Amino acid sequence: MSAPGKPVAANIQFELSRWAVHPAIIFTLVFFIIPLVAMVIISFWQRIYGKLQASWTVANYEKFFGRDYLLEALYNSIEVTLLTLAISILLAYPLAYILAYKVPSRWQRFVLILTVLPFWTAYVVRSYSWLLIISENGILNVALIAIGLIDQPLEMAYGRGATVLGFVHFFTMLLTLTIYANLVQIKASYHKAAADLGANPLQIFFRITFPLSIPGVAVGAFITFVIAIGDYITPQILGGSTEVLVPQAIMLQIARAANFPMASVMSITLMIVVVIVYFIIGKYLKMDRI
Amino acid sequence: MGSLRNTIRRKVTRRSFVAGAAGFAAASAVLPKTGHTADELNVLVWCDHADKKLLAPFEAKHNIKINVKTYEGTGAAVSIIEQSSPGDWDVLVIDTPDVPMVVGKGLLAPMDESTLPLSDLLKPLTSAAFNHVNGVRYAVPEKFGYYGVAYNKEKVNPADMRSAQVMWNNKYKGRVAVYDYYFPTMQLIAISMGIKPDAISMNDLPKIREKLLAMKPNIKMVGDIVSVQNALVNGDVDMIINGAEFVVSGLMPTMPQLDWTIFDEGGLMWIQGLSVFKDSKKKKLAFDFVNHVLSPEGQGALATSECYWAMPANKKAVLSAAEKKILRWDEQAAFLGRSVPSTIGRADIDSEMLDIWTEFLQKK
Repeated sequence: MSAPGKPVAANIQFELSRWAVHPAIIFTLVFFIIPLVAMVIISFWQRIYGKLQASWTVANYEKFFGRDYLLEALYNSIEVTLLTLAISILLAYPLAYILAYKVPSRWQRFVLILTVLPFWTAYVVRSYSWLLIISENGILNVALIAIGLIDQPLEMAYGRGATVLGFVHFFTMLLTLTIYANLVQIKASYHKAAADLGANPLQIFFRITFPLSIPGVAVGAFITFVIAIGDYITPQILGGSTEVLVPQAIMLQIARAANFPMASVMSITLMIVVVIVYFIIGKYLKMDRI
Repeated sequence: MGSLRNTIRRKVTRRSFVAGAAGFAAASAVLPKTGHTADELNVLVWCDHADKKLLAPFEAKHNIKINVKTYEGTGAAVSIIEQSSPGDWDVLVIDTPDVPMVVGKGLLAPMDESTLPLSDLLKPLTSAAFNHVNGVRYAVPEKFGYYGVAYNKEKVNPADMRSAQVMWNNKYKGRVAVYDYYFPTMQLIAISMGIKPDAISMNDLPKIREKLLAMKPNIKMVGDIVSVQNALVNGDVDMIINGAEFVVSGLMPTMPQLDWTIFDEGGLMWIQGLSVFKDSKKKKLAFDFVNHVLSPEGQGALATSECYWAMPANKKAVLSAAEKKILRWDEQAAFLGRSVPSTIGRADIDSEMLDIWTEFLQKK
């Protein structure tokens, strides 16, 4: 039945749209909402003597927030992620700027392909490849010793520095893409108008280009934060488990003890951190600007 | 008795990185692709049983095809079995501590000891209680190894490697990797303190914790098999604690600077065994296959498998002089004499051990 005053075609289109969204809703419900609710419920259960006990308790939360070495995993995760983010933005912004404004348009596509090349290799392979470069017998140490800059190999692998290096390699490229996509949308006429009004290049950058590019930085930064703080592979391979981050702590609980309640507590804590970050930078997240 | 959780944990940690992809393939393709016909034998095994040099002679002799499915943990094996029909599988390779659990599920056939070459097998293995349930044998040991130390003998003093005290030796500060498997590592520490693994109690854990944390200044990294192998080969570390023949033996033919041993204070063993499925429709052929793997030739092939090397259970195993040297074959009597099997502890002790391990990893 068509609504009064509306053309039949419009009503059909509305009905189709309404039904078309159902698969997405069902998918979200089955693969996100229900598992999330289950995870919250399980976080209040306990694993006692190797068996899951469906008794309501906050013991897992007390344990996580009460033991320094577990809480430290959260601090480590946040520190590593923020460090990665800061370095990646510092590297990605100039790269995106050069790409958007200095590289001739006919070369931009080629340079963009070069930019995304690291995404074409598997994450695990990329991490192990870094070990071949930064290990004591790796390419970098061998080269530095060969040219006489050092006489003893530098210890670069296995530690926070190596983890951040692996992250930065990946996320600089991601941030470059989001910032570049934002920069090329800034109209050239803004720059011309500012120049006509007497602004020098620095003033144009700080008063026009940079403020208008913040959505691109924010989107890239948020994606980087979400992926980096939840990443298990890079700290495990490059970090050498010399410190534990939350994803590693989660894996220890699941793979070694099948302690899903404790792992759920850690996962929920990580999600809360991500939500807080979302609210902090949410006002800058404008997907239409990238 | 090891629970399913323990078996998953135990196997995944030890072999997942050497068997991973193959195990996943097994899990995703449960049934033998070719079905089960008269001229086939279906075996559910670890990756070290997939070599042609082990299977081809048996296939040729019996004019059959062996369908091999590899898996990465007893838990995964049980899952595959439960998705199959009774009789689909004939032979199972199993971590011996898991035998009672699998027998409890009614999956394994009793073994007639008179048909097995038990007199050829190394004594401490055949007497292991794990192979029997209520006095009936359900598994026969086929391969074993140790948790000890693997090292680069060009970088360390091999004499130092014989003592568990090397874990705390200042000489190797920042030069040590640990194979990331918490309870054998802590059981090794217990052995160094004169405590047998199966006697570890809650009261012992504070002392073990103290010793574990005291190791940290020496530790450069903690990782899975591939990671610790990489660290040793790339020169980032000089030794791997909690590693032994299964980490370096396969590399030693091309990297003679690598070696392994167990501590004088005592060794910690892992043992894998062969079983036949209760519902196998080809029990005769299955037992023939078990005997083939246990034969001197089969044992030689199994011990030097491409997936990982370890000691054959049969003292008559056909090994070259070079292979014997790599596997420290001549020292086995002494090694076995001072080694005990790694056992899965009580759930509460196990849980506490994992907490201590997490603290150890986190320690600066």
